[in-house]
Order: sequence, then C-alpha cells, then structure tokens
Amino acid sequence: MTDKLLIRYSYNIAANDFIAAGKGSSSIKNTLKSMGIDASTIRRIAIISYEAEINLVIHSYGGMLHCDLYENKIDIITEDKGPGIENIDLALTEGYSTATESVRELGFGAGMGLPNMKKYSDDFDIASSREGTFIKITVLLQEV
Amino acid sequence: MKILDFADKLNLDPLYEASKDIEVEGVYIGDLLSIVMSKAKKNYAWITIQTHINTVAVAELLELACIIVVENMEVEEETLDKARELNIPVFKTKASAYEIAAKLYEIGIK
Ligand SMILES: Nc1ncnc2c1ncn2[C@@H]1O[C@H](COP(=O)(O)OP(=O)(O)OP(=O)(O)O)[C@@H](O)[C@H]1O
Ligand SMILES: [Mg+2]
Repeated sequence: MTDKLLIRYSYNIAANDFIAAGKGSSSIKNTLKSMGIDASTIRRIAIISYEAEINLVIHSYGGMLHCDLYENKIDIITEDKGPGIENIDLALTEGYSTATESVRELGFGAGMGLPNMKKYSDDFDIASSREGTFIKITVLLQEV
Repeated sequence: MKILDFADKLNLDPLYEASKDIEVEGVYIGDLLSIVMSKAKKNYAWITIQTHINTVAVAELLELACIIVVENMEVEEETLDKARELNIPVFKTKASAYEIAAKLYEIGIK
C-alpha cells in the first residue's frame, strides 16, 4: 500500500455555467477509461464527480474540481468560494434542496446529489464555512 | 434490440441519429437528473421530458444508448449541438412516457 499522489487533474468550475457543466467529469471519466480502470469504478466516479461539479455550478460562487489519482484509490475533491453550507447534516438528507424554481425546471434539485456522492464513495469528507465548501470523496481501486 | 430498430418500432422522430447503432439493454424514465444519474445504466434508453443541454452530459457520463424526449417537448438547439459533439442519439415523440413504456413492453423490452 502506498499513498503517493501520482497525478492531479484540475478543472475550473464557473458558477451558473450550464453549458460547460459536466465537462470536467466527462474528461475525468475518459481519462480513467483510457487507463483501463474497471467500468463499475468509473461509473461510481462519474456519478460522484458530476454531482460535485453540478453543485458548484448551481450552489456556489465557483471553484475547482480535482481528481487525484493514487496507486490504490482516486480522490474527487471540490473546493469553492462560498457561500458555504449552513447545516451539513440537513444538506446530506435525501430530498433536501435549496435549488431555485428555475434550476428545478431543468431537472436539478431532487436533493439527491450529496446523498448519492456519499453512497457511491468509500470515504466522504466535507467541511464548510461562509468562505467555501471543501469536499473530498475517496473511491478505492480494485486490486488487479 | 438495436437502437435504430427500436426507434423504428416506437415511431420515434430522430433529432440526431448518432453514428452508432448499439444494443439497447434497458430503459429508465425520469426527469430529475440526480435520480437518473444513480439509476440509469450503460446502454439504457432514457425517457424524459427534459430537453436541457445537461441531459446530454448525463447521457454521455452514463454511456446511455439514447435520449427519448416525450410529450413533444421542444429540444433546444444547444442540446442538439452537444449531442452531435458527444455522439448521443436524441429522439422525440408526441407520446407520453407511459405510452412509450407500454409500447416497449409490447415489443418485448422488459
Ligand atoms: N458547493 C455548495 N455550496 C453551497 N451549498 C451547497 C453546495 N453543495 C450543496 N449545497 C447545499 O446542499 C443542498 C443539497 O445538495 P444536493 O446536491 O444533495 O441537492 P441539490 O443540488 O439541491 O439537488 P440535486 O443534486 O438532486 O439536483 C443544496 O440544495 C444546497 O443547499
Ligand atoms: Mg446537487
């Protein structure tokens, strides 16, 4: 077991940019695919990174999406510039959402993003203040 | 069943027929993206009333077979541009999600 960071992929995520939303996740998925990582792990990472990325677009003032690759795990990390999550337990509750009517019309706001991210992770870390939210999600890689 | 065969049997209007004719392995109906994200799987046809550009991002990430827009909803041009860019087939129909699901059952996709 080693936890030396092999490589970090980073994407700048702009608030309210629905056209670009998903690009970071798509690029992560294609990179992992070309590395020959198994399909079920890629599916989990795609779900996690997409939900994380979309949350930055919808709920934050913008931030970064990172994918850190280690020998035996992948971390998906987001850090944004605020406004933060007031009550993290509540935000992690299935069905809880503060999404506005206009983004709900686009299909967002089921309140399932954070619960899904947690469900598909092996390890889930979140910290938030008014200055921003930091999320780190770990997915372990299967031994080959 | 192959996608073109499937679209033909269901009488779907192609808005963008991608250059792939893959096997449809399942179907998911839903309009809330984060629920679709966790339920729809690779090579599933996705039936929805959503027409927004982000549907294509979801389909691409999950490697869905196609998007079927029901209830004759108008699909934005930027959605189709994205579909062309990412090679995701998009079909449209006047039928409701229920009618399409019933037809799917009839033609043997269960
Ligand atoms: N990066 C963030 N910054 C500020 N608030 C956030 C952030 N991410 C999530 N939240 C808050 O947590 C709530 C729950 O997030 P979650 O992703 O579970 O649901 P949602 O984004 O509202 O809907 P869905 O993800 O199902 O489309 C959000 O409605 C929002 O209030
Ligand atoms: Mg969300």
